[in-house]
Amino acid sequence: MTGPRDQFKPADHPNDHFLLTTVVGSYPKPKWHDRARELFEDEDADFGEDEWEESKDDASRLITHEHERAGLDVICDGEMRRNEMVEYFAHRIDGYEFNGRVKVWGHNYFDKPSVADEVEYGEQWLVEEFEFTDEVAERPVKVPITGPYTLANWSFNEVYDSEEQLAYELADLVNEEIEALVEAGARYIQIDEPALATTPDDHAIVGECLERIVDEIPDDVRLGLHVCYGDYSRIYPEILDYPVHEYDLELANGDYDQLDVFKEHEFTKDFAMGVLDAHTAEVESVAEIKENIKKGLEVVPPERLTVSPDCGVKLLPREVARGKMENMVQAAREIEEELDAGEIDIVASGTQAHADD
Amino acid sequence: MTQVIATTPGLFPLPDWAKDELADLKGHQKTDLISGDESGEVVAAYDEAREEVIAVQQDAGLDRVVEGQLRWDDMLAHPLAVHDSVETKGIVRYYDNNNFYREPVVQGDLSADGGDVAADLGAAADHVDGGLQAVLPGPYSLADLATDEHYGDDAEFLDAIADFLVEEVKSFPDVETLFLLEPSLVENTPADGEDERAAEAIDAIASAADAEVVAHTYWGAIEEKAYAHLMDADVDAIGFDLVANHDQTVYNVQEYGTKDDVALGVVNGQNTLVESPETIRDRIDWFEQQTNTAYDTVYATANTETFYLPVNKFEDKLEALANAADLEAAEA
Repeated sequence: MTGPRDQFKPADHPNDHFLLTTVVGSYPKPKWHDRARELFEDEDADFGEDEWEESKDDASRLITHEHERAGLDVICDGEMRRNEMVEYFAHRIDGYEFNGRVKVWGHNYFDKPSVADEVEYGEQWLVEEFEFTDEVAERPVKVPITGPYTLANWSFNEVYDSEEQLAYELADLVNEEIEALVEAGARYIQIDEPALATTPDDHAIVGECLERIVDEIPDDVRLGLHVCYGDYSRIYPEILDYPVHEYDLELANGDYDQLDVFKEHEFTKDFAMGVLDAHTAEVESVAEIKENIKKGLEVVPPERLTVSPDCGVKLLPREVARGKMENMVQAAREIEEELDAGEIDIVASGTQAHADD
Repeated sequence: MTQVIATTPGLFPLPDWAKDELADLKGHQKTDLISGDESGEVVAAYDEAREEVIAVQQDAGLDRVVEGQLRWDDMLAHPLAVHDSVETKGIVRYYDNNNFYREPVVQGDLSADGGDVAADLGAAADHVDGGLQAVLPGPYSLADLATDEHYGDDAEFLDAIADFLVEEVKSFPDVETLFLLEPSLVENTPADGEDERAAEAIDAIASAADAEVVAHTYWGAIEEKAYAHLMDADVDAIGFDLVANHDQTVYNVQEYGTKDDVALGVVNGQNTLVESPETIRDRIDWFEQQTNTAYDTVYATANTETFYLPVNKFEDKLEALANAADLEAAEA
């Protein structure tokens, strides 16, 4: 299946060809929003729940519109309500507890949660975030959600016999959340599984998690999987069997040294390729990004290529992140024009897979 | 009658205040990590943190007290990361963990510099009356974590690492015990010939140490042939990770025997679930029964380094280990 993609093409799209432009998720938070969080966490400050909610709404609205002004076809709110990709969810799932920070490297720490009781669906995770963003947005909204394998792998497991069992339990909760998101109108969900890149031998566990996640999710909901910073040859082509429409992969960071991995075996799904490095503070030129996009066309034909940054861009200065988005959209539109004019030879023929697999 | 000695393999989590203070003083980037020539403020912060973790161990009632290895930003690669003949490069994954260290690239003679670990031990000795335990990476693991651009030959490189560690051990203050941590013996099984050389390198360090020496392995059971070679090293005990793999370990000991003393990783250094003293004691008894041996000394320890844990659970686990050793004494 390559999925329901046309619903995301804007009515006023200027070119015949359509390269779907989007983001992976996180975006730099405005400085005033960081300050608001500090005040909210400061017991002595006169800054309560209402003020903090207002700050999150304001930041979400601002970044949603910033994405739209950059011209992106599918947007999100830059995860303005979220602090970290595991912590945010662990706070909402019954069974998790927090004991304190642990080292990742050097003086970089992470409040790694513990599963201290059986996990159960607690308060809503992302429905309110989606409803707000969808309300203020003109363009379609994508919802990034941390996948169950990463939620399990980046937690202490005190309860379940194996990490695999915990991952499956969490997959059922992710399924429940996605059902609620779909009910609220979401049509594009991206499951983030960065832990897969670090433990590639577990790709079958991630596959089983995804089977549980997609259970009873309607066919017109586009599902993507984001993986980053790993050795893709150890998970590809096996991951093509996953029940998702699109794979969003980081490749600009390594200067496309792993691109050949995806050419050795036909890429039968949609390919969301990173065309921007999320960890360099220089804005890539339109010309450079166009060259990157053409590399994607060596893997899949234009109707199956999605153009996005490598990863979430929250660590960049905001003006750099904005500049990258703008140049990325311009580069995609110029490539579309060149495709329309027959000026680009499409390398990948890519027989379209059928929608019933 | 078996004597149970409660201890740890060191590499503790920094106290939370020290995480913040040192991040502020040093920074968050790879160029900000420990270099061996820290400023006075950084040294003072580490001194205070070291005193704190020594007191935590003494209050818990551990039988061996380690320096804590709080300065080891690069974990087991630390002794090379601060070496004059070594350049630290990019951030690389630390075994199969979601942790990273700077890749140490050896670019010159390793005999030219040393004493970093001994200096920290000396600072610890001022606060410890008895039972001071040194911790070093084993030679095979340290070589495995590093990249050689100087010696050009694996065997020569391992020898140079072993010689460097021997000199380090010779400059130690008086210590009761030395733990040589050798996870690479499990994680990256030595090839034919390499297994024998690894055992000889461990033997060289053990011979230089005026202390009880434990060669501690973890993240699984050591492969059979490598274990057979390790038995040839003149160490006082070999350490096993009973959390990760107890069956293969028991098989190895049944098949090849072990030393008169043994170290048993009976507490999980990578999970917040705190083992009860009774559980710890049961695991020790189980191992003795399975191997049908009453050991002279059992070092009851966490299986791995403990920096993976949040501070509260880390402290609970030290207490559980100490109480497990006492439990045994009460029943004797």
